[in-house]
Amino acid sequence: MRKMYRNKWFLSGMILMLAAFAVAGCGGREAGNENQSGTGKAASTVETAKERGKLVIGVKFDTNLFGLKDPASGEVKGFDIDIAKAIATKLLGDESKLELKEVTSKTRIPMLQNGDIDAIIATMTVTEERKQQVDFTEVYFNAGQSLLVKKGSPIRSIDDVKKGVKVVAVKGSTSTKNVREKAPDAEVLEFENYQDAFTALKSGKGEVLTTDNSILFGMMKQDPNFEMVGGNFTDEPYGIAVRKGDTEFASFINNLLKEMKENGEYDKLYEQWMGEKPSK
Amino acid sequence: MLDVSVLIGNWDRYMTGFGNTLAISVLALIGSFVIGTLFAVLRIAPNRLLNIIGAAYVEFVRNIPLILIVFLFYNGLPALHLNLNGFVAGTLGLTVYTSAFIAEAIRAGILSVPQGQTEAARSAGLTYVQTMRHIILPQAMRIVIPPLGNQFLNLIKNSSVLGVIAGLDLMYYGDLINLDTFKTFSVYIFVGMFYLILTIPMSFAVNALERRMARSG
Amino acid sequence: MDFIGAYSSDNVLYMLEGFLVTIGVACIAIILSFLVACLLAVVRYARIPVLSQCTAVLVEIIRNLPLLLIIFFVFFALPQVGLKMSVFAAAIVALTIFEAAMVSEIIRAGLMSIDKGQIEAARSSGLSFIQTLRFVTMPQALRRMIPPMVSQFIALLKDTSLTVIIALPELMHNVQIVNGQSVNYIIPTYLFAALLYFIVNYALSMFARRLELRG
Repeated sequence: MRKMYRNKWFLSGMILMLAAFAVAGCGGREAGNENQSGTGKAASTVETAKERGKLVIGVKFDTNLFGLKDPASGEVKGFDIDIAKAIATKLLGDESKLELKEVTSKTRIPMLQNGDIDAIIATMTVTEERKQQVDFTEVYFNAGQSLLVKKGSPIRSIDDVKKGVKVVAVKGSTSTKNVREKAPDAEVLEFENYQDAFTALKSGKGEVLTTDNSILFGMMKQDPNFEMVGGNFTDEPYGIAVRKGDTEFASFINNLLKEMKENGEYDKLYEQWMGEKPSK
Repeated sequence: MLDVSVLIGNWDRYMTGFGNTLAISVLALIGSFVIGTLFAVLRIAPNRLLNIIGAAYVEFVRNIPLILIVFLFYNGLPALHLNLNGFVAGTLGLTVYTSAFIAEAIRAGILSVPQGQTEAARSAGLTYVQTMRHIILPQAMRIVIPPLGNQFLNLIKNSSVLGVIAGLDLMYYGDLINLDTFKTFSVYIFVGMFYLILTIPMSFAVNALERRMARSG
Repeated sequence: MDFIGAYSSDNVLYMLEGFLVTIGVACIAIILSFLVACLLAVVRYARIPVLSQCTAVLVEIIRNLPLLLIIFFVFFALPQVGLKMSVFAAAIVALTIFEAAMVSEIIRAGLMSIDKGQIEAARSSGLSFIQTLRFVTMPQALRRMIPPMVSQFIALLKDTSLTVIIALPELMHNVQIVNGQSVNYIIPTYLFAALLYFIVNYALSMFARRLELRG
């Protein structure tokens, strides 16, 4: 009996030590990560991507015109995707070295901070709150929040969104907060992503879907039974997000955006996806 | 690390979610108990067709994921002109899913009542339905209580799926609080604590019941 | 109503691709959780002081939390305290944490079901506690655990669908993407997914039942 007890204490000690090592190991790795993603002398994506020979960008897979996955070809297509391709071409000389990973409004910031992706190009509005967590490039697209309704709906503008109206929105997006401010009496239903939100509007879970006009425009093109009403009631400037402290990569992208605007490449892409020239 | 101001500042939303989660679980438990009993009886009824219907329902439902059933009720039913909100569709989905497990528990309970009792009741002139209702089911229910408690426990946990379809449960409100405060770690720890307040006592009760049944049986 | 388009070969292939991810993730998670669970179960079975109690509390807490919350927590909350993971890793870690707690109870029940007399006999013939566990108790317990383990794997295959919330490209996720093409596809694609889950899980449950009868 006595021997058995000694045995157990021994085992207990061993396991505790193992656990301590495991925790220390995690701690060590964590410190390593801090070096990568923390401020100060962070490893720049410009360098790491070249070393890896691969650039990983987080994009939407469910947003028509910006990033939409087509099961038929397996490709993701849209304005954001083409910007990502331009960055990869400029950085690594070859757009095939670009890897696209799906993000949602909710998952994108954690994924960037985890090091899962190098940048976010995913219809992301520049806000003060987000600037605390990530660094933004210059604005690459000017959107504004608007409303999408079924054709013939009595709702014509944000003023019609009153008590008793159900508004469909997406978790983690700025539009959710905005609509709470502009239409405080309406009931807001929040979903995981734009796909789920649009499905909810189509099946009548709410009378109106609110998000950026650019995204609504894409939905309207997918299903012509819906229309945008009331114009924009906020400004939503989109920026490309990089890890905090990854300033070299941010200025690399800014230079590229400037270049694209000067040589007409940007206008061409804009027109290709939005069907009109960008308003200056 | 744990920020209590998250809990205090969002107390109302936590409480609404907590109350709704409890309501959803209780409603779904009652619903799935009724449906489960029905299908358990179908499975052992003296009619081959009814047996097959009962078995098909139970086997199909318990082999597909809950979230799929919930999505089907929420996104699928409008195509059949039945539009339900997240709370109702989610509770219905939970009810259907859980009923398959409860049907199995009740069937096991019924089968544990000695066959001789059915024969005796039948030969005393009771119909099949009467035998079931007055002789077999009351005895079966006693055996069924612990597994039923277990299913209620699962129901409380599973109800979190409603968070994905705007079902106004604890998980949904937890998500909203998270997106407002960005204090993810604290927000979800508190959400977890509210679930544990419901599930831990339940778990102890079920264990105690099981032990007592094992001793008396 | 046009719903045939939902079953175009591209869409079906895309959904099947998702199902492969579901199965792959579930397989990795069940192996990992079995290993973790063995450790947890042995710690409790051997009544190792302090550790045993800590494990019991931990297992009880995890078993009583919703899996969805654990997935959220691993993916969204752990990075805030310095533990960062990719979507794929987070899915596997979350599933492993949850299932390990479940599986450890199965293993413990298996160990407890072994006749005490055998253990005493092994101990008195000079085997150490660990030797007894390894050569006498474990091999027998493992055999008894197979049917409940298969059932747990079925539960895990179903539970993997919850990782749709962190956009892991598994079956439910791909179904939702296909749904984006048309409202008319919603019911057909859900039914297709249900059928896939049913076929695999039903086959597995038949297998478990047969093992149980034989055992």
